[in-house]
Amino acid sequence: MDFLIFKAPMLMVQASLDGILLGILFALIAYGMALQWGVMNIINIAQGDLVILGGYIAYTIYLWGIHPAWGVIISPIIMFFVGWALYKLVINKVVDRDLFISILATFGIAIVFQQLMNFIFGADVVVAQSEYGTTMLFDNSVTLPNSKIFSAFISVLYAIALVIYMRKSKLGRAIRATAQNARAAKILGVDTEKVYAATFGINAALCGIAGALISITLTLHPYVGLPYTVRSFMIVIVAGLGNLPAVAVSGMGLGLFEEFADYILGTEFRIGAVFLLLVLILVYRRFKLSRKREYLK
Amino acid sequence: MNKIAKLFVTFISAITLALVSFTSSFAKVEGEYIVLGSAISLTGKYSSNGVHTQNGYNMAVDRINKMGGVEVQGKKYKFEIIYYDDESNPKRAAQLAERLIKQDGVHYMLGPYSSGLTKAIAPVTEKYKIPMVEANGASRSLFTKGYKYLFAVLSPANQYLEVAIDLAVEKNGGKGVKIAQAFEQDAFSQDVRLGILDAAKRTGSEIIIDDKLPKELNDMAATLAKVKAVKPDVLVVSGHTKGALTAIRQISEMKVDVPMLAMTHCDAAKLSKQHGKKSEFALCASQWHKNLSYKDKFFGSGKKYAKDFQKEFGYDPPYQSAESSAALLVFKDAFERANSFDRDAVRDALVDTEMQTFYGNIKFGPGGQNVAKPMILFQVRCKGDDCENRVVAPTKWASDKFYHPIPKWSERS
Repeated sequence: MDFLIFKAPMLMVQASLDGILLGILFALIAYGMALQWGVMNIINIAQGDLVILGGYIAYTIYLWGIHPAWGVIISPIIMFFVGWALYKLVINKVVDRDLFISILATFGIAIVFQQLMNFIFGADVVVAQSEYGTTMLFDNSVTLPNSKIFSAFISVLYAIALVIYMRKSKLGRAIRATAQNARAAKILGVDTEKVYAATFGINAALCGIAGALISITLTLHPYVGLPYTVRSFMIVIVAGLGNLPAVAVSGMGLGLFEEFADYILGTEFRIGAVFLLLVLILVYRRFKLSRKREYLK
Repeated sequence: MNKIAKLFVTFISAITLALVSFTSSFAKVEGEYIVLGSAISLTGKYSSNGVHTQNGYNMAVDRINKMGGVEVQGKKYKFEIIYYDDESNPKRAAQLAERLIKQDGVHYMLGPYSSGLTKAIAPVTEKYKIPMVEANGASRSLFTKGYKYLFAVLSPANQYLEVAIDLAVEKNGGKGVKIAQAFEQDAFSQDVRLGILDAAKRTGSEIIIDDKLPKELNDMAATLAKVKAVKPDVLVVSGHTKGALTAIRQISEMKVDVPMLAMTHCDAAKLSKQHGKKSEFALCASQWHKNLSYKDKFFGSGKKYAKDFQKEFGYDPPYQSAESSAALLVFKDAFERANSFDRDAVRDALVDTEMQTFYGNIKFGPGGQNVAKPMILFQVRCKGDDCENRVVAPTKWASDKFYHPIPKWSERS
């Protein structure tokens, strides 16, 4: 039974496409994580919870009768300010400290966010309806929800926009300069405090987009943030901090890995396989990241 | 402080402590109040169902108190409940049970929400020999441990979807069917799975997909792609509200055609409201439905209960509230038959419970589970965009005929 996938080639196609579409979404979240990790040297445990919060914003506008797809515009705007505020309140106090302190601080933020979302939106699982329909391929044997295609498309679009912004704009250059050498950037007149706040805001905005996309493709619940944190952490570990195309590739790779693990090992080991892979990669790389400081190019 | 003073302070504190524990041990009945205790999830992941449970308890307390209360040895008593928030955390629930019993002196407990938390509390109530009537822990393992003070007004989890398999076999002309199933890996869902395994064995059915969903999962695409490839006669899904919502979303998006789809937690997930027409024809297991014809003198019928509940709390009661209200009726009945506040007398009276409530007949089996009430199945049916749950099994209460097989997605508008 477990090896059904090798008997039916169409399942292989289905699994690959599902994996890639999901992977692109993961890559977007991971991109945000790589950005603020690279700039601020902070591992944000609350990443997944920011994603879920972004999803709830899209869900809220859906409840108001607005199509949830608008969430991909509204949610990042709100989330940018949430991220900014979070930086001013908490992150700026841990930004120069060691990694462990920042992990603890963001872990605390994650718990607070979970409880707040539970308090505001309730503990029920919710979904927003996009009514986008389905694309059928190969005589209906492969089905792709259009919402997933939409979400992959939007993710790619935002990622490209962000790359251009980072290359061309003044703030983008300042962020990259700070990532390379914060002290030097400061001496040369970059307001690093502002750069940090903006970086954290941009990360939160990316989470907001991803959350809005999750609200129409998957389900939302105040306590499902952690798997997104773990996935993006893993993608970043594999891809490294300075390499955006690698983030995209490793995101899709993870999506594929998850889908195939589901078919071959069984659904119960799907998330387990992700964790196992994470451990293996960490052992393999032996925290190379901490020895050789990488930065965003 | 010199030695004598220290000794004196210690002595005084010891006496005070002794007095405190002495008085509290009589706190089970204070004046005209019978004090019950309950740890309940008011925050955390079970908070919505925790509140449904609490509302059910409160509604019954009000009603019983208003209608004369509980008569023991010729004197009228009223119910009162001490609640603590267990934060949806089993460890916390066990601590709070201990606190309710030891500090607050509670001698009779009402259950928390969910099988997991009930499992955490049951060893504590058992240790102190405190009778607990619970309404929201359906896991079979609760009833196989030989607990003597645990009584559940609900049917155990393994019975949830057994009826669905029988129904599928019946529609297949009495021959065994091919079953695809996906269950979350938690105590409750795995018990539902055991029930299906029993039913499959009994009916000569074959299980062709048997996926276990991890707790964090919100994507079932792989399972459903397999289902599409092997074409089972019936698809069974149980993974709390998340499982129900994910399944319907992805079944409709991936256009998975199955003749029959059976699930749990449809009403808690507000399936017909959140997914509308996409959820049509889904078959759902439920402990209770307001249209059933059970009656009692406190709430009248299920319909009346639903109406009163709606008036009081502003929403239609889910079965979690109804069964919680029933727990209080059971306690009242047991106190009156025991005609005493002795814990063991009350416990013995609970063992002999045999009554009808608006929620269903209640009679406890040797493990403490309710053996007198069958599970019911309803099917989501829609008129236009308006969807509702209609009872289709057992036939005695069915308001609608079971619609089978589910039309293919290509034929659905």
